[in-house]
Amino acid sequence: MDLGILATILDSALRLSIPLLAACLAGLWSERSGVVDIGLEGKMLVAAAAAAAAAYAFGSAWVGLLFGILASIAFALIHGFASISQRGNQIVSGVAINMLAAGLTAIVGNAWYGQGGRTPPLEGDQRFGDFVFGHSVLVYVTLLAVPVTWFVLGRTRFGLRLRAVGENPAAVDTAGISVAGLRYSAVVIGGILCGIGGTYLSVAQAAGFLPNMTAGRGFIALAALIFAKWRAWPALGACFLFGLLDAIANQLQGFSLPGIGEIPVQAIQALPYLMTVILLAGVIGKAIPPRAAGVPYVKER
Amino acid sequence: MSPAIELIAINKSFGAVHANKDVNLSVERGTIHGIVGENGAGKSTLMSILYGFYEADSGEIRVSGKPTRIRSSNDAINAGIGMVHQHFMLVEPLTVVENVMLGAEGGAMLRAGEAKVRKELARLAKDYGLEIDVDATVAELSVGLQQRVEILKALYRGADTLILDEPTAVLTPPEADALFELLRSLKQQGKTVILITHKLREIMAITDRVSVMRRGEMVATVETANTSPPELAELMVGRRVLLRVEKTEKAPGAPMLEVQNLSVVDARGVLRVADASLTVHAGEIVGIAGVAGNGQSELLEAIAGMRRPVLGSVRFEGQNIGAADHNPHQMRKLGLLHVPEDRLRMGLVPAFPAFESAILGFSEEPQLGCGPILDHDRLVADLARKMEQYDVRPPAPRLKTSNFSGGNQQKIVLAREIERNPKVLLVGQPTRGVDIGAIEFIHRRLIALRDAGVGILLVSVELDEIMHLSDRILTMCGGKITGERKASETNEQDLGLLMAGVTDEAA
Repeated sequence: MDLGILATILDSALRLSIPLLAACLAGLWSERSGVVDIGLEGKMLVAAAAAAAAAYAFGSAWVGLLFGILASIAFALIHGFASISQRGNQIVSGVAINMLAAGLTAIVGNAWYGQGGRTPPLEGDQRFGDFVFGHSVLVYVTLLAVPVTWFVLGRTRFGLRLRAVGENPAAVDTAGISVAGLRYSAVVIGGILCGIGGTYLSVAQAAGFLPNMTAGRGFIALAALIFAKWRAWPALGACFLFGLLDAIANQLQGFSLPGIGEIPVQAIQALPYLMTVILLAGVIGKAIPPRAAGVPYVKER
Repeated sequence: MSPAIELIAINKSFGAVHANKDVNLSVERGTIHGIVGENGAGKSTLMSILYGFYEADSGEIRVSGKPTRIRSSNDAINAGIGMVHQHFMLVEPLTVVENVMLGAEGGAMLRAGEAKVRKELARLAKDYGLEIDVDATVAELSVGLQQRVEILKALYRGADTLILDEPTAVLTPPEADALFELLRSLKQQGKTVILITHKLREIMAITDRVSVMRRGEMVATVETANTSPPELAELMVGRRVLLRVEKTEKAPGAPMLEVQNLSVVDARGVLRVADASLTVHAGEIVGIAGVAGNGQSELLEAIAGMRRPVLGSVRFEGQNIGAADHNPHQMRKLGLLHVPEDRLRMGLVPAFPAFESAILGFSEEPQLGCGPILDHDRLVADLARKMEQYDVRPPAPRLKTSNFSGGNQQKIVLAREIERNPKVLLVGQPTRGVDIGAIEFIHRRLIALRDAGVGILLVSVELDEIMHLSDRILTMCGGKITGERKASETNEQDLGLLMAGVTDEAA
């Protein structure tokens, strides 16, 4: 293989891994605090839609980012209210977030722009252009979130409390710290990260919003989170690996195998998902989630 | 000097349940104050109010004479109150240092606070003999050491008054002794200790004063020196109780159950029972003493046929039980019945009406109905009769199983098994979560059964219970049987050492 193709694949792998990484870190924050978040997909989707619409309306990618993050936080708070304050089932709430996001973005998009749910194409300042080495600023922000997450969780008071609340909220409560406060903070941080990931999709990687443009990335991010055993640096590795698979799949399109002929596009596109299943089933060993993940905190009586 | 803690006219209701009724309590500074009462008497609720877990509906809390509002654990900590919960409030994957500093980190960055915590822990280790590896994760520590972390947490946060909720439930006797030594040294340094327990022996051994609660009310506070276990038991229950049921010496009969070289491996591949051998004769109670989690449960389940042993054999009435026949159904048919230790998980179906729970495992018996159809009226009548015999309250066969108290649920299980005329009865934790009054009843029943010639294998973590009931006592530690004693020829210290794994050969 010549170096040109290799460089193209790696470059494209980085590009493709960024939304995964943003969502994966969002899930990491949420789940380390004990709130299971399968609504990553939905949050990225509303962020992508809101960011594209705002960038188009205000002519600024940065305003787009702001609205993307706000939309994502709003959905994160819905999930927080359902699962922290109301102690509802976190899986059900997450599913609801995903369905709501998928429906809402398509309907509102179509009502506003009449283009089947798409936003009009973004150009110029409406998009995040190249920042350094041909990548947009959001790539670097997301990459920076890895060491920041690692440091805050491991070395700060907030991080210690957050790790504790994901393992044993009663211990945090009896130590005189608010369980709900910590969990809401984590969920909002997750919202911000999903907002960045979603904005990246519609305003940096693409030029505008398409219905369902997240295409399962939120779920792949969850797989990466388990693969990384809920830790920040391994999350970077896992997301890059999935990005790489995606990039290779793109390169393989139109490639013919001797004796079989051209590989169908669908089969290639299924590759990352297939790899996820294989990796999760066989290679990584036992991944133990935070002990209190998914369990609403109720004072015993 | 004003008392360390005063609770005045505390009331607390949960729905229709009046958990605390006008409770008054005064705890003198520098004393160890015991609080006793049956399950549901309101002890834990009262302490949860003092520690800010719940807020009282009415009443006043005074700390060192000052009226204090305690609305959260934080308020309690600031008022100098620390609590060691029965179920430890520790974060297992975190280290001792991290657990101690949680909630009092001393700044946004951990590094600065950590040095302070280490210094303070070293000081506490010196002052009170609370040595511990501060960099170990809590999950790696033994239960006794985890409790030590809880105490260190409270002391680090500046507790003057320490509340301990059933602290010895999870400890070996030597660990419990060490804890009491520590509590005495805390007292000498001017700290106040509130000890919640249902073990009257502990109350007598260590407290200065003791308060008794019954059905949400504080019924008495007495100087420990001026009272006795029978008097305390009577105050707790509201009537006279026998703490120790008399039993006569009796020569055991033929061997009924013989277990040879049994080994059990659990689902995770850990060896839980290692090469255990024992024999139970007719008309004999064999007790297995040990701290919870040392293989007793697995041994009992393996004998009952619920777990397949990896090695070893079981003989019943001299007949070898083949692997194919070694299941609960077959063993029951042979006359080996089982009162499992976790009645809500293995003994009953909480959501069933009592009369259905009362035939679990026996629903195929022909007299219970007509073919596959169960005769409900008949089941109800049967259970009503048993409920009268076993003094189950309320005597309502159609009531949901979960609506009975622990002691009454246990009586339903006992009635079901005992009335099937066992030849051998396996009994696990027969009085866990059972009130003193019901304990007396259950003990009487078991002894009557033994006198009638039934062989009983008893597993209990309550050493008192083992010593009162058993004719012969085996001790288990780490899955091995570490010793055997005649009940008449041993004492608590002796058994405590065996339970801690100090075997005869080693000693």
